[in-house]
Amino acid sequence: MKLNTLISRAAVVVGGAVLSATLHAADTIKVGVLHSLSGTMAISETTLKDTVLMMVEEQNKKGGLLGKQLEPVVVDPASNWPLFAEKTRELLTQDEVDVIFGCWTSVSRKSVLPVIEELNGLLFYPVQYEGEESSKNVFYTGAAPNQQAIPAVDYLMNDLEVERWVLAGTDYVYPRTTNKILEAYLKARGVDEKDIMINYTPFGHSDWQSIVSDIKKFGSAGKKTAVVSTINGDANVPFYKELGNQGISAEDIPVVAFSVGEEELSGLDTKPLVGHLAAWNYFQSVESDENEAFIEQWKEFIGDDERVTNDPMEATFIGFNMWVKAVEKAGTTDTDAVEQAMIGITTPNLTGGMATMNKAHHLSKPVLIGEIQEDGQFEVVWETDGLVDGDAWSDFLPGSKDIIADWTAPISCGNYNTVTKTCSGQNM
Amino acid sequence: MFRYSFTLAVALLALLSLPTLADEAEPASLADAVQQLAGAKLSKVSGLLENIEAVGGEDAVPVLEAWLAGDLYYGKDDNRVVRAREDDSGLYQLFDPIGGEALGSSDKSDLRKVKLSNSVRTRLRASIARLTLFSQKVERRKSAVENLLNRPGGGNIEMLREARAQESDEDVAELLDTAIAVDTLINESDAAARLAAVAVVADSLQPAVRNQFQAMVNPDGEADPAVRAAAARALAAIEGKISFYQKLETLFFGLSLGSVLLLVATGLAITFGVMGVINMAHGELIMIGAYTTYVVQLLLPNQIEYSLLIAVPAAFLVSGAVGVLIERSVIRFLHGRPLETLLATFGISLILQQAVRSIFSPLNRQVSTPDWMSGSLEINSVFSLTYNRLYIFLFALLVFAVLQLVLNRTSLGLNVRAVSQNRNMAKAIGVRADWVDAMTFGLGSGIAGIAGVALSQLTNVGPNLGQAYIIDSFMVVVFGGVGNLWGTLVGALSLGVVNKFLEPATGAVLAKILVLVFIILFIQKRPRGLFPQKGRAAE
Repeated sequence: MKLNTLISRAAVVVGGAVLSATLHAADTIKVGVLHSLSGTMAISETTLKDTVLMMVEEQNKKGGLLGKQLEPVVVDPASNWPLFAEKTRELLTQDEVDVIFGCWTSVSRKSVLPVIEELNGLLFYPVQYEGEESSKNVFYTGAAPNQQAIPAVDYLMNDLEVERWVLAGTDYVYPRTTNKILEAYLKARGVDEKDIMINYTPFGHSDWQSIVSDIKKFGSAGKKTAVVSTINGDANVPFYKELGNQGISAEDIPVVAFSVGEEELSGLDTKPLVGHLAAWNYFQSVESDENEAFIEQWKEFIGDDERVTNDPMEATFIGFNMWVKAVEKAGTTDTDAVEQAMIGITTPNLTGGMATMNKAHHLSKPVLIGEIQEDGQFEVVWETDGLVDGDAWSDFLPGSKDIIADWTAPISCGNYNTVTKTCSGQNM
Repeated sequence: MFRYSFTLAVALLALLSLPTLADEAEPASLADAVQQLAGAKLSKVSGLLENIEAVGGEDAVPVLEAWLAGDLYYGKDDNRVVRAREDDSGLYQLFDPIGGEALGSSDKSDLRKVKLSNSVRTRLRASIARLTLFSQKVERRKSAVENLLNRPGGGNIEMLREARAQESDEDVAELLDTAIAVDTLINESDAAARLAAVAVVADSLQPAVRNQFQAMVNPDGEADPAVRAAAARALAAIEGKISFYQKLETLFFGLSLGSVLLLVATGLAITFGVMGVINMAHGELIMIGAYTTYVVQLLLPNQIEYSLLIAVPAAFLVSGAVGVLIERSVIRFLHGRPLETLLATFGISLILQQAVRSIFSPLNRQVSTPDWMSGSLEINSVFSLTYNRLYIFLFALLVFAVLQLVLNRTSLGLNVRAVSQNRNMAKAIGVRADWVDAMTFGLGSGIAGIAGVALSQLTNVGPNLGQAYIIDSFMVVVFGGVGNLWGTLVGALSLGVVNKFLEPATGAVLAKILVLVFIILFIQKRPRGLFPQKGRAAE
C-alpha cells in the first residue's frame, strides 16, 4: 500500500512537472547552450555554460525579452565532435530553441555547421579561431586571426625587435591555419625562410625536452627570437616548465600565446610563466566600470571569490547582449529577421569601448597584449590604437586574398570573390 | 672608476642644491630616486632605473634585485616604496628597500606593485651586471660577466679590462678574457689584435663567440682574409664540439623519456606481466598517486621541499590500497577471463576518473616543484641536464632495483613467482594464492602510484592524466616481453632513445607514429617480445 501511494504521488509530481513545463514553454524564449560539460574540453567550456546561464538569469530579472521569460536549454556534447551535430539537431527540432550559444574547438563548430545551416538556426561562437569561414547562421564573437595573431606579431616585430620566429602549435586545424597565415605574413614583411621554425606536437604533449632544446639553439644565433604559440590546452604547462628548467627566461625568448588566458593560468604554478605574453581582446585586469561590474556579478553568480573571467566569457557577454538587442529591434526571434537586425548592432564591450557587429558576421575589437604576472593575471603592455574589424578571409593566404564576406544586400554571401564577382556558397 | 666619481660629484652637487621637489627634479639620494618609483607608469620606470643606478652605485643592487624578483611595492596610502615578502600567515612583511630594516607588516590589498615588464627586466639585469662586476662575491662577478658577454659591443670594454686586472678567480678571469676578446673582434681596427683575439676564444663554446665567428666568416663581417680564415677554422672546431654535445643531449633526453616509460610500465609489468591481468585502470592508479602528491602539498603547505619524499610512500600506500580493493572486489571473480577483466577494469577507470572530477573538480590541480628539482646542471654553455629529469631518471632506476630485490629476495617475491608459474601447484604446497594475488596487485598498483608522484613534476595533474600513459605502458610491457622485468627496463629505455633520435628529423607527431609502426612489425616477428619467457613458465 505504502509503495503504491508513493508511486502514484511520484507520478502526479512528474506529470505535473511535465505539464507545467509544456505550459511554460508556450510563453518563453528558449536559449540553447551547447558547451561540453564532460571530457577534455569541459575544463574550458563549463565556464561558458555558466556565463550564458548568468546572462539569462540577469535578463529575466530585467523582465525578460519581448515580454517573455528566457528559458535556457543545456545539453552536453561531451567533447565529442559528431555529438555536437546531433545535439544541435536535437536543440533545433525537439526543443525548438531560438538561438544557440556554443562550441569551443573549431572542429566542433565545423561539425555543427551543416546542421545549423540546414535547419536555419542561429549560433553564437565565442572563441578566437582561424578564420576562413563565414556562415549566414553563425555569429563569430571571438577574434579572427587579424584580431589576435597578426597584431601580436606586429608588436613583437616593432616593439621587441624580434627577427627570428618559432611558430609552435598543437597539431590540428586552428594552429595549422593560423601558422600558415603568420608564415605568409612574416615572409611578406621580409623575414627570411631560415629565420622561421615551425613545429607541431600532438594534443596533451608532455615531453618537451628536445623541442625546447631546439628552440634554445634556434634562439642562440645572436638575433632576438620569439615563440608564437598556438599550443592548446594543458600541454602548455609542461612546455613553460621545461622552458624554465632549461634556463630560458621571458627576456631571452618571449613566448606569446593565443590560447593561454586567466582560466588556464588559475590551475597552475605561474612561477615559470612570469613575463611571457598573451594576446587577447580582453583581460580581467583591464580597468573599466563595465568590467568591474561584470567581475562582481560573475563572482556572485558562481559563489566563489577566486574564480576568474576571461576572453571567451567577454565574447559570450557581447554576443548575448547583441542578440537581445537584435531581437528587440526585430520584434521577433525569427532567425532571418534577427540575422539582418544583428548587422550594425553596437553594445559595450568590457574594456571600456563599443563592439559592433560587421557585415561579415565578425566583431570590431581592440587587441591587447599582456604579460603574465605571478598572481595569474595579465599586465597590459601594448594595445591597438583603435578597434580592429574582424577579417573572415585572411588577406595573407593566396586562396582567400580576394574573398570577402558580406551578409547585406546586394552581395549576401559568406564567400564572395571580388575579382570574379561570384559567390561560391557559404564556406568553401 | 671615473664614472663613479663623476656620479658622486653630481650627487654631491644635488645634495647642495637641496631642497628641491623630489618628484620632477634629479633625485638627490638613492632613497629619493627609489621613492620616485611609487606610482610611476611603465613607460617612465626605465628612466627612473637609470637614475637609481647613477645615484646609488653598488648600494642600489639590493633595490634592483628586489625589483627584479617582483618584491618591490609601494603603499597604497603613504606611497612609501618598500620591499615586501609574504610570510606564513599571508601578511606581507615590509622592509626598507635599501637598508633592509623591518618596517612592520601590511595586508596585500594596501600594497601596489612597482611596475615590471620584460624590457624593464632586461635593463635591470644589465644594470645589476654593471654594478656587481666589482663585487666581493665570486658568484656575483661571474653572473655579471656572463650577462655582459651576451650583449657584446656595448661599450663596456674599459670596465671589463679594469675588472680583469683585479680578478683573482680563474673561471671569472677566463670569462672576462672571452668577453674582452669578443669585444676586440667587434671593435678593434688592428687586424693583428683581432687575430690574437681569435686565438684566445678559439675553443670557447659561448654562444656570443660562435655568433661573432659566424658573422666574421662573411667578407662583410671581417675585412682581413687571414683573420677570416682563422675564424672559419675556429668556427668549424666549435661546431664539431657542439654537434658532439648535441648527440649527448639527445641521448639524455631519450634516457629520460625512457625512464618515465619505465616508471609507468613497471607497475603494469607486475599486474599484467606477472599476474596476467589486463588492467585498464592502471593509468588511473598513476593519477591517484599524482593526486596524493597534491593532497600532501595541500596538507603541508610550508614543507614543499620535503613534500615529494613524503608523497612517495603515501602514494604507494594509497594507490596500493585502491589496487587491493579493485582486486578483492572485481578482478578475483574474473580470474582467467581476460576479456571480461579488460571491460571491468575499463569501467573502473571511468569510475575513478569521475570520482576525482567530483572530489577535486575537473580542472587541473597545481602541484609545486621543490627548488631542488628546478633548474639545470650546467656542464658547459651548450650542454646542461635539467634537474627534474635527472632525478626522475635516477628514481626510476632505484624503484626498479628495489622491485627486483622484493621479487627475488623476499618470501612475498617467492610466493608471487610460484603462483604466477603454476597456480595449482603453489596452492597444493600451501601458498595462499588469493592472498598472494591481492598483494601482487597491490604492489603493482603501489608502484603505479609512485610513478604518479614523478609525473606530477612533469605534466598536468588532472583527471585525464592516466589516459595519456596507459597506451605507452602496454606498449613497453608487450615490447619488452610479458612477464620479464628486465625486458621492461630495456624496452622502456630503448623506446625512449629511439623516439628522441627520430624526433629532430621527423617531428614529435611522426616520431610517435614511427615507433608504433616499428613495434607492430617487431611483434609480428617476435610475438613474445624482446625477452620472451622460456621453459615451463611460458606455458
